[in-house]
Amino acid sequence: MSIAEHKPRTLDILERTLKKRYAAERRFRYYGLAAVVSGLAFVSLLFISIVANGYTAFFQTAIKLDIAFNAGQIDPEGKRAPAVLARADYDALIREALQGLYPEVKGRSAKRELKKVISSGAGFQLRERVLGNPGLIGGKQAVWVAADDEIDVLIKGGATDIETYPGEGIASPTGVEGEIKVLLTTNSFNAVLNEVKESLLRKAAKAEKGLGLAEETLARVDAEIAVIDKRVEQETAAGNLGLVAEQNAARQNLLAEREGLAGKIATKATEVADLRRRAETPGGDEALSGELPSYLVRINGGLVKAASVNNSGISGQVLLPLSSTKGAAKGSWEIVKFATPEGDRRTKDQLIAWVMRLQEQGRIEQQFNTNFFTSGDSREPEQAGIGGAVLGSLYTLLVTLALSFPIGVAAAVYLEEFAPKNKWVDLIEVNINNLAAVPSIVFGLLGLAVFINFFGIPRSAPLVGGLVLTLMTLPTIIIASRSALKSVPPSIREAALGVGASHLQAVTHHVLPLAMPGILTGAIIGMARALGETAPLLMIGMVAFIVDLPGSLLDPATALPVQIYLWVDSPERAFVEKTSAAIMVLLTFLIVMNAIAVYLRKKFERRW
Amino acid sequence: MQPSLLIIVLLALVAMAYHLGRHRSIATVGGIRSVPRLHSLPCYYGAYTAIWCGIPAFLVLGLWLAFEPNIITILVVADLPEELRQLAPERLNLVVNDIKNLAGGNIVTGVASPGVQAAADHFISLENTSAAALSLVVLALGILGMGAAWSRISPGLRARNAVERTVKVLLIVSSTIAVFTTLGIVLSVLFEAIRFFKIIPITDFLFGLDWSPQMSIRADQVGSSGAFGAVPLFAGTLLISLIAMLVAVPIGLMSAIYLSEYANRHFRALAKPLLEILAGIPTVVYGFFAALTVAPFFRGIGESMGLTVSSESALAAGVVMGIMIIPFVSSLSDDVINAVPQSMRDGSYALGATKSETVRRVIIPAALPGIVGGVLLAVSRAIGETMIVVMAAGLSAKLTANPLEAVTTVTVQIVTLLVGDQEFDSPKTLAAFALGLMLFIVTLILNIVALHVVRKYREQYE
Amino acid sequence: MIAVFETRSPIMDNSIAMNESDFPRNTGISSDALGERKISGTVGEIQVQDPRMTCRNVDVFYGNKHAIIDVSLDIGKNEVIAMIGPSGCGKSTFLRCLNRMNDTIEGCRVSGQIQLEDQDIYDPRLDVVPLRVQVGMVFQKPNPFPKSIYENVAYGPRIHGLAGNKTDLDEIVETSLRKAGLWEEVKDRLDQPGTGLSGGQQQRLCIARTIAVSPEVILMDEPCSALDPIATAKVEELIDELREHYTIAIVTHSMQQAARVSQRTAYFHLGNLVEVGETTQIFTNPRHRLTEDYITGRFG
Ligand SMILES: Nc1ncnc2c1ncn2[C@@H]1O[C@H](COP(=O)(O)OP(=O)(O)OP(=O)(O)O)[C@@H](O)[C@H]1O
Ligand SMILES: [Mg+2]
Repeated sequence: MSIAEHKPRTLDILERTLKKRYAAERRFRYYGLAAVVSGLAFVSLLFISIVANGYTAFFQTAIKLDIAFNAGQIDPEGKRAPAVLARADYDALIREALQGLYPEVKGRSAKRELKKVISSGAGFQLRERVLGNPGLIGGKQAVWVAADDEIDVLIKGGATDIETYPGEGIASPTGVEGEIKVLLTTNSFNAVLNEVKESLLRKAAKAEKGLGLAEETLARVDAEIAVIDKRVEQETAAGNLGLVAEQNAARQNLLAEREGLAGKIATKATEVADLRRRAETPGGDEALSGELPSYLVRINGGLVKAASVNNSGISGQVLLPLSSTKGAAKGSWEIVKFATPEGDRRTKDQLIAWVMRLQEQGRIEQQFNTNFFTSGDSREPEQAGIGGAVLGSLYTLLVTLALSFPIGVAAAVYLEEFAPKNKWVDLIEVNINNLAAVPSIVFGLLGLAVFINFFGIPRSAPLVGGLVLTLMTLPTIIIASRSALKSVPPSIREAALGVGASHLQAVTHHVLPLAMPGILTGAIIGMARALGETAPLLMIGMVAFIVDLPGSLLDPATALPVQIYLWVDSPERAFVEKTSAAIMVLLTFLIVMNAIAVYLRKKFERRW
Repeated sequence: MQPSLLIIVLLALVAMAYHLGRHRSIATVGGIRSVPRLHSLPCYYGAYTAIWCGIPAFLVLGLWLAFEPNIITILVVADLPEELRQLAPERLNLVVNDIKNLAGGNIVTGVASPGVQAAADHFISLENTSAAALSLVVLALGILGMGAAWSRISPGLRARNAVERTVKVLLIVSSTIAVFTTLGIVLSVLFEAIRFFKIIPITDFLFGLDWSPQMSIRADQVGSSGAFGAVPLFAGTLLISLIAMLVAVPIGLMSAIYLSEYANRHFRALAKPLLEILAGIPTVVYGFFAALTVAPFFRGIGESMGLTVSSESALAAGVVMGIMIIPFVSSLSDDVINAVPQSMRDGSYALGATKSETVRRVIIPAALPGIVGGVLLAVSRAIGETMIVVMAAGLSAKLTANPLEAVTTVTVQIVTLLVGDQEFDSPKTLAAFALGLMLFIVTLILNIVALHVVRKYREQYE
Repeated sequence: MIAVFETRSPIMDNSIAMNESDFPRNTGISSDALGERKISGTVGEIQVQDPRMTCRNVDVFYGNKHAIIDVSLDIGKNEVIAMIGPSGCGKSTFLRCLNRMNDTIEGCRVSGQIQLEDQDIYDPRLDVVPLRVQVGMVFQKPNPFPKSIYENVAYGPRIHGLAGNKTDLDEIVETSLRKAGLWEEVKDRLDQPGTGLSGGQQQRLCIARTIAVSPEVILMDEPCSALDPIATAKVEELIDELREHYTIAIVTHSMQQAARVSQRTAYFHLGNLVEVGETTQIFTNPRHRLTEDYITGRFG
């Protein structure tokens, strides 16, 4: 084949296929870009979700109470003895202050409910205050105490949306306390009524579905009974009496089941019919259940919760007492809606009402949450902090650093500078490379078996954590140090040897200082990894619930990442923001450490 | 003396030894001016004395502290009343715990019997004796060592050589720690696993389809057959790792390709470190992200499509794990892609190939061994990853291939079996070590193969 | 049209001090014959009759580095043109301009005009794929793909879809290998990796790979620098045969090689094209001092 006939063909073919090839090229390029962008999107999503969940935790809702530091109650003997002061019942002071704010709350259970507004740790707060300044006793002072975690969540908007609508027409309450009615000249509650009816329809539909299922089951049971009947017939004919008895017993069971099912179906059917009737007849008086949003009427300085609505008004319980039964004109009363149904939230309507009162009086404020940074763990989210965990992490890392840095550098120096080339050294190198990739949890198992069970070091101690993390970070540090040592040119070594230094002197005086930035970078990165490590610490029991701050290397402690793990498991909503905030703190530490590493590398980077 | 105090005292002693040694060396030659007559610099004499003072003392201190608790326990148990010593090992362990708690001044379960009380007193007295003896022995050793070294100092003493020899020995010891760590892992895990396999036959463990270790806590059920079949765990681990790889490999590989072949310098300088942030985030954070953001998200999507997605699904855990592994895959692929010589690319471009043709037909085939090695390392990471699955994958040991259901993994079970109260001899705890052994073996094989493949690949282009 | 030039580049004036007498005057044709456009300070005939590629006033920059300075040169049909010059003078750079391989280097800029058969190859609308099919390149170090011998040769035809079926592809592979003089040596092991061949074989494989897409011009950048004398001889022989069908531009450090294989020779110095002419003339009677120094070995 000669070129002359070959060539035009090539260009022709190219002409035809080029478009497709460029399309493929573009597509490939977009895949690549999409991959990078999705990676970046994951990074930002992660950070956004954590920051969005967590930034509120740095502030804590506080409530201002006018506490009367009643001398008789706190210090009956009047000697201001710290022991006596420490033993006093400060919760009682809070109860009294609350009573002063809500004189209408009577009865033990209602008072207990009211106490839920305030953190259970508020008594300690007062005690600290009095112990710090006994002069308070006998006086009265406005004190900011921590709110309960549920209230904190509510104030931060996590419990329910609260909407208000201005009322139309004139509303006249029939009383100021207890069960009352609020009568309206317009049908402002029509929308609410409609919503109730819709929910009734939804409920009916759901019940019908259940009914259908129950009927299916019934049919199946019937079929089974029929099968058994047939078998009984056959076996009886065959004379297998034992089998017949067995089958009869099974039949009995099925019959019982059938009966139960039939009863259920009957009740369900009436329920469905009832729901449909209520939904379809217009008007009427409809009860608001806990599965619907809560509707309340704010009128005459009070709050009434609608228990049932009809076209002419509502009737229900007064949550905050009204000042009078005077009719309120258009605009001077309003409808309040708690969008999340009461059944779906932990803060009940009455509690929200009390908090709304506090808000009106300016007694609620967001304050910087120092407690979060200083305290240990707690079952109460508003009292829980990362102080203990940070301290635990610090102790653990100190042990890790103190052991892994010298050992790692020493090992790297030996392997890079002194080691002969033989099988033993090869084995060491293979070991180091493999250890770097062994799952961290396996190091935890090692720690559990060796340090705790064999050497008998107490569980949960930062010392054990540090030892385990040392073994884990050693390979990282050794590998980084070796490459730092390797990058120092041999000429430096030779120069030192040339002026008569011993090999060790050449290394310690010249090579090591030059390699130090690289080694430090590796060490910091190793430490950062150790700081974020969780799994091995779980194995050695640093996962316990520990309130006290650890005071030494042998005290039970937990670590910051483990604290995060513990809080994720906690059911309270308020822990979600605590967890996110703890993660933010952890990430801040990591970012700072990595930034230092990058800075060191940039600053001391040397091209030989 | 408290161990911490003892250590401080000992350190002070060492510092003192250094100074004494230094001064003595200068004194032997008659003043600072004649230092050149010394064989080594004075500081080497100081270090020589310090080494003799410190190393034996610290060695004894370390060994003593390491073995003291065991020895004391053995002594206390040996002195227990006859009826207590006859107890079954588990019960005896409880009693010993009680004794220790009592001695430590903690609350104990129930009222202490007089026997236990006596043992606790014995324990305390032993501890005190031991502490006193320790202080005595260690300090004496330090002072003796210091004295011996001090008296040997003379201008002819080759202090530098001695110090350097010691330092070299220390260097060698440090470098062997990696080997001992591996040995420690193998021995500790293997030892407990063998005990486990004595109770549960290894075949039942490896091939059994039913995993329900919680059932066998009750004494009458110990070793009830079938409760320790690990196949569902292996299956769950594989399922999650597979999902993770399906996320991480395409995204990681494609971003590596894009960043090294397509992106301009500025974009690369920006995107690469940002992607590497993913590698620095602790796994517990990923776990939180999986449990709180991703799992509900998948549930929502599933519900809107009429699928039932359990709140702890293999999918959520796998996807988040995949995200975690993206930078791992991409930086390894980046390395191997950059190791493909530019001449390969030139050869392809010179034939008129487009970039994507070059990447797909020349670079990837050329880099394939390296990429495979990297992926194997990533698989080993995925298999050994713990926190994400603990927080997002669930505990139900179901044998399923449905990613929307909850599955459990080897690491999750290790954590559940070992966290919380545990007696060390029940098959339940031992099972964790058997699982750990499996994990170690599998990841070790993967690592060795992967490192070998990668090394061979690098040699090819070096 | 044949023209002879004698203008001097200002760079040369500054960088290398030279006397007037360094430039042997060519009095045959006056510089007016050049037309309006001034063509760089090259000694000798940059133009040929019936050129395949024409380069005019080409400048190449790597970032701030001016690697090729105002070079104009024609490459004729079915000729072998050798480019010689001291290391770092820009031979490879110039060669890579000819099929836009410089595109792959970040920070590389090319200005001036390079035409392939009346088509400006730096026209932004021009497609590099057909260009590189027409202008193939062989590199200094043999760079077979890590694939089988067969796949190496088939790579180009495959990506361009030149073969309709397996038989066609087989034929292209065989023809190319035959032309590259490699067929007899490898026909029994086509499925073995190309990297397993000897250096000379690898280089011929790369040439076969280039021929397989039937280019018009083949650029060779020191194709024999990694080969032993016997392999070199084989490749040179091959170049001589290929001349029949292809235009070849070859960069070489071996003066003997340039003399053996090329019809014309261009001498580069510090980015400038100092002299170009018939190979015999360059080697027997260089007109520029620099060329002479280089050829007689007086130049480092
Ligand atoms: N990618 C690049 N970036 C920056 N400068 C470059 C680059 N490639 C080449 N150069 C510079 O351009 C000049 C010409 O280089 P080129 O490779 O063309 O020289 P050469 O004549 O081929 O040399 P050799 O004979 O050694 O191959 C040199 O000074 C070189 O340093
Ligand atoms: Mg070159």
